[in-house]
Amino acid sequence: MIKLINLSKAYGRKLALKSINLEIADGETLAIIGGSGSGKSTLLRLMIGLEKPTSGEIWIGNQEISKLTEEEMMRVRLRMGMVFQYSALFDSMTVGENVAFGLVEHTTYSQEKIKAIVREKLKQVGLEGIENRMPNELSGGMKKRVSLARAIAFGPEIIFYDEPSSGLDPVTTGKIDELIIETQRALNVTSIVVTHDMVSACNIANRIAMVYNGELIAVDTVENFKKLQEPKVREFFRVIN
Amino acid sequence: MLTKFFERIGAFVIKRLEEFGTIVLLYMDTIKQSMHKPRIHHIIAQMSHLGVDSLMIVSLTLLFTGVVFTLQTAHEFIRFGAQSTVGGVIAIAIGRELGPVLVGVVCAGRVGAAITAEISTMKVTEQIDALKVMAVSPVNYLIVPRMIACMIAVPILTVFGDLIGVFGGWLVATQYSGISSYMFTNSIKIFADIYDLTGGMIKAIFFGNVIAVLGCYYGLNCPNGAEGVGIATTKTVVTSIIVIFILNAILTFIIYR
Repeated sequence: MIKLINLSKAYGRKLALKSINLEIADGETLAIIGGSGSGKSTLLRLMIGLEKPTSGEIWIGNQEISKLTEEEMMRVRLRMGMVFQYSALFDSMTVGENVAFGLVEHTTYSQEKIKAIVREKLKQVGLEGIENRMPNELSGGMKKRVSLARAIAFGPEIIFYDEPSSGLDPVTTGKIDELIIETQRALNVTSIVVTHDMVSACNIANRIAMVYNGELIAVDTVENFKKLQEPKVREFFRVIN
Repeated sequence: MLTKFFERIGAFVIKRLEEFGTIVLLYMDTIKQSMHKPRIHHIIAQMSHLGVDSLMIVSLTLLFTGVVFTLQTAHEFIRFGAQSTVGGVIAIAIGRELGPVLVGVVCAGRVGAAITAEISTMKVTEQIDALKVMAVSPVNYLIVPRMIACMIAVPILTVFGDLIGVFGGWLVATQYSGISSYMFTNSIKIFADIYDLTGGMIKAIFFGNVIAVLGCYYGLNCPNGAEGVGIATTKTVVTSIIVIFILNAILTFIIYR
């Protein structure tokens, strides 16, 4: 379980997140939605330990991570995977080396075993046989899928997605959504998806949380969320539609 | 008006001190991380990329420095009947000062800029965050190999540059100034000794260190966007050159006093 208690983050005098309280159950897919600059990406970066909160607590399982040192945080991150907004593939490495990176760094697996895992993970995301291609030879959608293969290669318990549909056409967005659902079903991981795409959020999530001006203004199941009369939520639906 | 002026000076000083503190912390972290198992493959790759690829520019710089230095001095030395000291003077000047400083400056421009451009591009494309998320320390993965590579490659480049510089001096002395090859080389044997070379190499180790750490620091802390990469690269080159000059004065005082 992931638990956020009175979580706040300030940059200088600007409060980016205001007293966020949220619980995410194991195996759940939570979509965090909000407009640009609402604080949803900051929330994601706090949960993965890339930034420290100004105040409040972040619990990953039974560990409070906000006060951990970078070295201690590294051990926690071994249980996490992340798909970045712009994929963040290492551009000096092949696709195969990208997917294998975590395994090479943190395991003593043989080359053959690593190659087999890489093949399997690429097959899982529908990209068999592209191990030797470089990231700059791939389309945006393919990069996202390689990024997902890299995130799941080490067998994470939690996967974070930062704007997975950003910069993709609707058809490719649909495919990525399917992949997120399939990955969640196959691995039973906890998925946290930060997105501004309401359609995607409704397709993939069990629950939706909305961040507005650094505040968590609504959290509910997808069905209930669609019925919410909160003006900011309605406004977001209206703008999206 | 006057208050604002002092406020600005104060803000500037605090910013520089903060920057200095962050660099020291990064340097200490790099030293700590370098105690872990070294990434030999990465170090060799960096030495090839940063060191071997700089051979041509170092050769050209030191060759023409040796040529010009001899052109400027040989004539005056001959006028005072001191032609037998030309080789020694050139070897000492290049070995102690010109070699390490010019190689340092050239490497700050070529190697430091390359390190910053690479790391800052990784930062703006979230590759540094990707390393952290995959539980790999960017300091261990990116900075340590570059620092070790620079600390090995810059002194080697300096020795190479010293030899090329003295060769340039010999070329002018023998082919233009009328000094015999024997007199030139004998003068080196009499006046110069191994400490002129090793002192320069010690300086070069420090310069390599400065170039790598500053290159990585400005890369990791670059502002976002393509413009940020350019700003960070420029800062690396300018700051490295300034630090190399200051460090050279301090090291000269310590090594050759």
